[in-house]
Amino acid sequence: MFSYAMKRLLGAIPTLFIIITATFFMMRIAPGGPFDAQRRLPPEIEHNIKAAYNLDKPVYQQYVIYLGKLAHGDMGPSYKNKDFTVNELIADGLPVSAEIGLLSMVLALGLGGVLGILAALRQNSAVDYSVMSVAMMGITIPTFVVGPILTLIFGVYGLTVFGYDVSLPVGGWNGGALRNLILPVLVLALPQVAYVARIMRGSMVEVLHSNYVRTARAKGLSNFAIVVRHALRAAVLPLVSYLGPAIAGVLTGSLVVEQLFGIPGIGRYFVQGALNRDYTLVMGVLVYYATAIILLNLLADLLYAVLDPRVRYAK
Amino acid sequence: MIAPVTNAQVEEVMERAIDVKGRSLWDDARRRLFRNRAALISIILLGVIAVAAIFGPFFLAYPYDFIDYSVVSCAPDWWPDPGVLCNAGGTHWFGTDSVGRDLLVRTLYGARISLAVGLIATLVSLIIGVAYGATAGFLGGRIDELMMRFVDVLYSIPYIFLVIILMVIFNRNFFLLFVAIGAVEWLTMARIVRGQTLSVKQKEFVEAARAGGVGTFGIIFRHIVPNVFGPVIVYVTLTVPASILAESFLSYLGLGIQEPLTSWGVLIKDGADQMETAPWMLIFPAAFMAVTLFCFNFIGDGLRDALDPKDR
Repeated sequence: MFSYAMKRLLGAIPTLFIIITATFFMMRIAPGGPFDAQRRLPPEIEHNIKAAYNLDKPVYQQYVIYLGKLAHGDMGPSYKNKDFTVNELIADGLPVSAEIGLLSMVLALGLGGVLGILAALRQNSAVDYSVMSVAMMGITIPTFVVGPILTLIFGVYGLTVFGYDVSLPVGGWNGGALRNLILPVLVLALPQVAYVARIMRGSMVEVLHSNYVRTARAKGLSNFAIVVRHALRAAVLPLVSYLGPAIAGVLTGSLVVEQLFGIPGIGRYFVQGALNRDYTLVMGVLVYYATAIILLNLLADLLYAVLDPRVRYAK
Repeated sequence: MIAPVTNAQVEEVMERAIDVKGRSLWDDARRRLFRNRAALISIILLGVIAVAAIFGPFFLAYPYDFIDYSVVSCAPDWWPDPGVLCNAGGTHWFGTDSVGRDLLVRTLYGARISLAVGLIATLVSLIIGVAYGATAGFLGGRIDELMMRFVDVLYSIPYIFLVIILMVIFNRNFFLLFVAIGAVEWLTMARIVRGQTLSVKQKEFVEAARAGGVGTFGIIFRHIVPNVFGPVIVYVTLTVPASILAESFLSYLGLGIQEPLTSWGVLIKDGADQMETAPWMLIFPAAFMAVTLFCFNFIGDGLRDALDPKDR
């Protein structure tokens, strides 16, 4: 398995290289540059600025310079956020994005898993139908609709439950205070909760009808032991293979959620950077996202092999 | 006593037997689909939305880009909350937006564009995915491995990010939006078609075609492709809502459709910005989009059940 992991890691390098190269040149073909302004700068100043950022050199030279710096972990200066390097901006934003993303994944797997199991255990009952229709809503109604509506309910109108004020802040980060975390994490997790619940229900139903579960039941094991010790292990496998798409979904969703709630993560940098033609910032964020997706996919595959003894990565 | 059977009686029975038509696989599937109530209701609803989107704007009093500053962000006449700032009057059934344009006609225009994006992007993904998947599956061997490895590499690229960059570069080109989304969605299609092709190509009719001297591409497109359509059509009904979502996602970020044209994503974005004072601006487009997405998903599920041989 170790050699398989190494092989996959090595295979990730060309993928990353393709992504970097493609985005680099795509951004350079784009009309307009980072220093286009309403008011034209005097030519000497414009020339000096471009020289300072190596933008006066031919594109292929810029590319070589960029790759060389990137290999040393230097992503260059941000063109628009003056006095900040891309490394600094990402170092600021990454923990925030990672925290929200991880919490959402945990929530999605935990809540979605439990809901799916409940629906499977009470198949074709009211519980099943209500869980599945809520899941359908979670899948079809996009994040950017759910987000504003939840903000409206919990943030703007505010709610009082048994005399407690449960209203939540409509946005901001506030150093990662729990109250500021709840809404963004919930909104980001909801579609994934829905998918996880559907997958979990499907595989659980299938497993519960299998022969070995019938054997366990015939042995006289309690329902709890059957579900948790016997059925769950097999039923969780399709979920593990869904981890990859789930991770991609959370990362994509973070673009909207960070914008919506004004969270200082790297997703916001990406959209702003793309609109401002802040080449280096966009490239930097993209490299992080791509690396995260590739690494987490690899982890999911390895986890699958650990959980399912029939899967062997022999080569 | 048994009456002797006349020739006329025999002929009549025979004629009736000829009239009985065999039920093809697709007839069966259609019957099952129409028996599925959720899917049937979805098909009807979707039809209504499509007809309203195509013909509705011709019958409405306002053009989609008609700006009227006397009714900015006004509620429809029947709005239940009396605390609204202003009332748009009887002919603005969905109220007006932040520059006084009629929201109903804009929602219908948004429906046109969102549905068009969904369909065209799906068509693009269908064409690329089917051609690619069928070719890889049918040729097999090293070519197959190479082609699918390429798909694997593309899979690990965070697409929506590339689409965002593309949209920025080409200045939110309308046509490119379709192609970009379609180009994102074809990967799964290719995998499905390849898997199906692998099983279909072992069948006798392929061998017969080859014995009859049909060329490789003739076999792929005349004999393989029509026979893998079951799972493909299910995936198509799920790709349409995915494309609509992708478009609205881009529009929400300000990278999709440009004013004064509109799509559901743009309308939802505008509505979300003003939901505290003018909630109708969020509710109507969001409801239209949610209903449409629901319908496509139910139809997809219904089709899957209808075509799934396990249930037979």
